[in-house]
Amino acid sequence: MPINLTVNGVEEEIRSDALTPLLRVLREELHITSPKAGCEQGGCGACTVLVDGEPRRSCLTPLISVEGAEVTTLEGLSDGVNLAPIQRAFYDLYAAQCGFCSPGMMMASTALLNGTPNASREQIMEALEGHICRCTGYVKIIAAVESVANGTAAANAASNGGPR
Amino acid sequence: MTAPPELLTPTSPAEAAAAFGDGAGVTVMGGGTILLPQLTYGKLRPTRVLMTGRAGLSGVDSSNGVVHIGAATPVGALDGAPEPLVTAAGHVADGEIRAVGTIAGNLCATAGASAPRGDLQAPLLALGARITSVGAGGEKTEDVETFLESGSGRLVLSIDVPSGQPFGYARLDRPHTHHYTMLAVTAVRGSDGVRVAASGVGDRSRRLTGVESALAGGASAADASAHAAEGLELPTDALASGWYREQMLPLLVQRALGQLG
Repeated sequence: MPINLTVNGVEEEIRSDALTPLLRVLREELHITSPKAGCEQGGCGACTVLVDGEPRRSCLTPLISVEGAEVTTLEGLSDGVNLAPIQRAFYDLYAAQCGFCSPGMMMASTALLNGTPNASREQIMEALEGHICRCTGYVKIIAAVESVANGTAAANAASNGGPR
Repeated sequence: MTAPPELLTPTSPAEAAAAFGDGAGVTVMGGGTILLPQLTYGKLRPTRVLMTGRAGLSGVDSSNGVVHIGAATPVGALDGAPEPLVTAAGHVADGEIRAVGTIAGNLCATAGASAPRGDLQAPLLALGARITSVGAGGEKTEDVETFLESGSGRLVLSIDVPSGQPFGYARLDRPHTHHYTMLAVTAVRGSDGVRVAASGVGDRSRRLTGVESALAGGASAADASAHAAEGLELPTDALASGWYREQMLPLLVQRALGQLG
């Protein structure tokens, strides 16, 4: 029996087994590849997506538990033309190196900023605590999220140019 | 490829108990944070999986000095439960995992391959929690120590924890993006004396009976703490060596006892 859920605003009928991790459903059945298969045991945060607005490790989420839910991945943040503010901030402030952790970082940050638009540095660090980055040392990632939270992201963008 | 397991998705505690039966061949999945990777990696091939998520087993309420915690209550939703349970719960993994991992899953977890699990067992042991479960022989309520010794095999319905007891809690974290607690000690002064329990000391948390009996015999916290590792085989894992745990355990015992006043 197919299981229904909505992914980035599109209703989907999923054929995978009910206990398939949402991560594999997204990547292998729907070919949505921003959620990354890092450790696939909850330890790295690279697969985080939003389930009904809440950040969830998609590798730890059985398909059946999100039946009828609204799933948002990084692909759903942008309108396809303009980057979402968090994406622009990551670009403008060089918050990505290899980029493998970036989707999870941005989804966790999105969930935080949706609920707490002016989140403090401490709140940002708490929201990202389970997300591992092996390149950046976290400094620029936290700075990027902070720039959205404290409203300086637009100024950075104006001075840097870059994609809109 | 093997056939996918039969899925049991009860929508009430009574349905869950009926679906579980005597538990033979049934694998219980709460939040799935431990089990799903095992399924993904093919380390576990269950024939029947019972999901507790929609069985009405979630929630915290209190009456007559006892806090009643539903088995499927997420580790991150224990507000209102007695301390140091809430504090210890705040150091399990990160917020995303705490939002789905359940208290009964944590209670029934044995140590992982590279790090301890079941961080909440020690606070529950020291607080004198009682576990209500179903399985072979029907429903029963027993103290958490008896429950853990019997190796589970049962479906937990709820956990009752007495509130208002003085407590102390001390732990060692490994600095990481996650909280990984390598060792933690809880001390609680109950009506029958001081109970002391530690997590990170083996396949599951244990009461530190050497410390407890020394205290009952009038020993100081410092003298009692010398008995901390008695009867334990302290594990070496990715977080710490057994030797290091042995050095640190008495110190944590002293700190926890010191908070009792």
